[in-house]
Amino acid sequence: MRYLPKSPAERLTMLADIGAASIDSLFAVIPAEYRLNRDLDVPRQHAESEIIDYFRLAGRKNATNYASFLGAGAYRHYRPVIIDSLVQRGEFLTSYTPYQAEITQGTLQAIFEFQTMIAELTGMDVANASMYDGSTGAAEAVMMAVRVTGRHQAVVAATVHPEYREVLATYAKHQGLPTTLVAYHPDTGRVDLAALEAAVTNETAAVLVQSPNFFGIIEDIPAIASIAHAQGALLIVSVAEAVSLGVVRPPVEADIVSMEAQSFGVALSYGGPFCGVIAAKEQFLRQMPGRLVGQTVDSNGYRGFVLTLSTREQHIRREKATSNICTNQALVALMATIFLTVYGKEGIRELAEHNLAKAAYAAQALSAAPGAGLLFTGAPRFHEFVLETQETPASLSQRLLDDKIVGGVALSRWYPELPNATLWCATEVVTREQIDTAAKVLSAAPVEA
Amino acid sequence: MTNDTTIPQIPAPGPCTTGKVRPHQTQNEALLFEKSSPGKRAYKMPPLDVPAVDPATLLGDAHRKTPGLLPELSEIEIIRHFTRLSTWNYAIDLGMYPLGSCTMKYNPRVNELVARIEGLAEAHPYRPDSLAQGVLEVFSLLQRCLLDITGMDSITLQPAAGAHGEFTGILLVRAWHESQGNPRRKILIPDSAHGTNPATAAICGYTVENLKSNAEGGIDLEALTRQVDEETAALMLTNPSTIGVFESQIHKIADILHAKGALLYMDGANMNALVGKVRPGDFGVDVMHLNLHKTFSTPHGGGGPGSGPVACKAFLEPFLPIPVLVRNSAPNDLENLRAPSLRVVAAATERAGDLPASLHHPPSVRTDLGFPSFPSVFEQETAERAVNHDSQPAGQLTWSYDRPQSVGRVRAFYGNTGMFIRALAYILANGPDGLRQTTEDAVLNANYIRHHLEDFYDLPYKTASMHEVVFSDKRQAAKGIKTGDIAKRLIDYGFHPYTVSFPLIVHGALMIEPTESESLEELDLFIAAMRSIAREVDETPDLVKSAPHSTRVSRLDEVQAARKPILRWRPAVSL
Repeated sequence: MRYLPKSPAERLTMLADIGAASIDSLFAVIPAEYRLNRDLDVPRQHAESEIIDYFRLAGRKNATNYASFLGAGAYRHYRPVIIDSLVQRGEFLTSYTPYQAEITQGTLQAIFEFQTMIAELTGMDVANASMYDGSTGAAEAVMMAVRVTGRHQAVVAATVHPEYREVLATYAKHQGLPTTLVAYHPDTGRVDLAALEAAVTNETAAVLVQSPNFFGIIEDIPAIASIAHAQGALLIVSVAEAVSLGVVRPPVEADIVSMEAQSFGVALSYGGPFCGVIAAKEQFLRQMPGRLVGQTVDSNGYRGFVLTLSTREQHIRREKATSNICTNQALVALMATIFLTVYGKEGIRELAEHNLAKAAYAAQALSAAPGAGLLFTGAPRFHEFVLETQETPASLSQRLLDDKIVGGVALSRWYPELPNATLWCATEVVTREQIDTAAKVLSAAPVEA
Repeated sequence: MTNDTTIPQIPAPGPCTTGKVRPHQTQNEALLFEKSSPGKRAYKMPPLDVPAVDPATLLGDAHRKTPGLLPELSEIEIIRHFTRLSTWNYAIDLGMYPLGSCTMKYNPRVNELVARIEGLAEAHPYRPDSLAQGVLEVFSLLQRCLLDITGMDSITLQPAAGAHGEFTGILLVRAWHESQGNPRRKILIPDSAHGTNPATAAICGYTVENLKSNAEGGIDLEALTRQVDEETAALMLTNPSTIGVFESQIHKIADILHAKGALLYMDGANMNALVGKVRPGDFGVDVMHLNLHKTFSTPHGGGGPGSGPVACKAFLEPFLPIPVLVRNSAPNDLENLRAPSLRVVAAATERAGDLPASLHHPPSVRTDLGFPSFPSVFEQETAERAVNHDSQPAGQLTWSYDRPQSVGRVRAFYGNTGMFIRALAYILANGPDGLRQTTEDAVLNANYIRHHLEDFYDLPYKTASMHEVVFSDKRQAAKGIKTGDIAKRLIDYGFHPYTVSFPLIVHGALMIEPTESESLEELDLFIAAMRSIAREVDETPDLVKSAPHSTRVSRLDEVQAARKPILRWRPAVSL
């Protein structure tokens, strides 16, 4: 077996050396009736070339030559080449959680840089080393707010990513944490402020909103913050499209920001691994879940970095920990850090502005088709928009696929009141030609008599 | 004394050289923000092919006026920055990384290549199923392999890491008990368990009851019998335990639990000791998680991403998180995705308040008709096509959300797909023989280390070791040297330390897991280093206490870091 660095003779030498009669004698402690006396039923050993062939075949079956307008929490952005060059360095790829600070300063300093960038972008004081993804991060943020406030209810906007809400429901169910859903305003697609005001009480631990929200619309964060804070609740803002922060005002009124950083140079990879991260006001630091890297000095006074405030964590506090999270998404956070370094202060703005422009053009072009129109035009958007058509999304989707286009996501599976609405996304990698082609397909819709 | 002929005598690391290490030059490197200069660029946007827009007009109040303080650097500086940082890390690629319970094995490079194949890496999670069959077949084949490896009936790949898998698994336990009319109140957790276990039980709404280990470091059957009652939902058991010992009474443990209607959860962190040799599904486990980043070689990446699939017995299948992968050829075609047909899947009884029949069974029936049903991935595909001979749509894989008893969703989308690709590539590279040999080598390596160090370090539990061995610092502590000091000194000898001070049942633990990836030469160097440190404890204890001496930073002030946390860079305040 090509990964095993021992010759048959060496195995025998080692067995003799330790006084074992055979390799099976080392497994004698396993009761005989449980030992597996056959080969595992898995494919036979494959050569490296066969493995590559197999996965190339799988990749081809996935079909690659389609234009895509999919977004909805997973975004296709250009990934600078040096990301993969750098994260494939074995010193990053094959090290683990930096418990031994003296020989993991590389990972530690990179995480410290990541924490700094996330804090800068979100307008928060501090950020952690990462969470699994945006969905679990949002759920953990709500539980963090419960610990901070000592209250046990949450209010959630219907415009938060539906799958994030489902994850929150799973987490909240066993924590005695009832959640109230607040509808969106039919004109703006923003959370309905009057309904929100009615839902938030002095029992509310947290208000969770997303901005840009699931419809791509930027929420009125200052107004929402006033409503939450008036009742002593914390405001959690989920940011599912991190690139938006290049051009959209950061949610500085929030107490906690839960971000999905996939847009920062992380491949779509059919939904994972992505990179969640929680940022917050400094006063809530001790209730943060996840790992934190802090700056300190060594015994000679040189600057260095360590994992810190670990008394919040499961390996110290066990059942009283702020979360059960252990392994996080460190290498993906490194990708995000490199991405943000490549684009830098100016680039992230320029990139975000390109997204804004593409989406503005696409929204205009697609909604110009007969029988099509934009929903929620009363509020600013980033790079997603909701298109309503006379044609059903299923029929539209099929016609687009015939032209090698993957159109917007049908919203009816989460919002039954929007049966003919699709959510479209146009990032910087979508071309004008693709948009024009999609618009042409839309215009060729079978017209209702 | 043991036969030492293969172990070289190496001098203690002085300022210059030892058997494995020489001083290594590393370059200083400031923070990105300190290196930044306005106007530098590492990117170039292509020309905008649509009309430019005015963000201030489009966004109004929501327009960002002050940019975040991101660094401004050129590409070569970025490459050098992160390359220099990387040289400050120890890694598996540099040498043995015997971090107990973490299974720091070789991460094959072909895995990185295949995970980046365009059609897989660029697949959007909401693309139509018809355009995602390739990636779904990867899911399906990995599921089948993991089911046969664990001996379980059903599986979800969704959980993002081990602790997330524990969360999912305990939710299954809870949902099943609820379906029986009582979620029950407590989870039993041995005092040797990982901290994630009690933390998980707590977030699932359970109280944690500690189970004291017996003199061998295993489950105390009498204590277990005493503590299991009608309010016990499950025991969370790590097997082999965190001291690397297989629970030889495992079937009795399962029986004691099942007699009271409690379930057996297995933390699969130590699965690298079992693959191909014994299957949890056969020894009474009801639900378990795997760590693809441990047992199945996906890279640890400085702390993730991981992946924590959860496998369970058939009676827990209705509760799996949504969505569940199915073939849409027939409504009950889930069978396709379960373990190959040669294994009997015990049917769950449906009567409320009754335990499923499988709980009362001795270890599941195992046939020895173990002829691999798919000799190669390619033949396997042909076979599947033959079964689903109708044209495309009939055999298509798709996601099922219609799962009324599901515990719900545990994350967005379907799991850490990139890790599934890597884990499957690892399984394909190994095959059944390679997986078994891997386990055998991992166990052999741990026993070899144990044999050669037990005269130098206290071995608190003499029970046979599987894939890891746990010593204590008892002898060295008598001289004022703790496990943490020995660990730091090990760095000077060119090794990553073992896991320090865990498990908690061993005072001053040294938890050593070599994995199968170490050659005899590397093992011998490690043993020599550990012995040399044992001598230093007697002869030059201050050298050990003040270690490491060879690293670019010396011991860091953790107290200061925690007392006045500095968690981000800030620009110097100009006066």
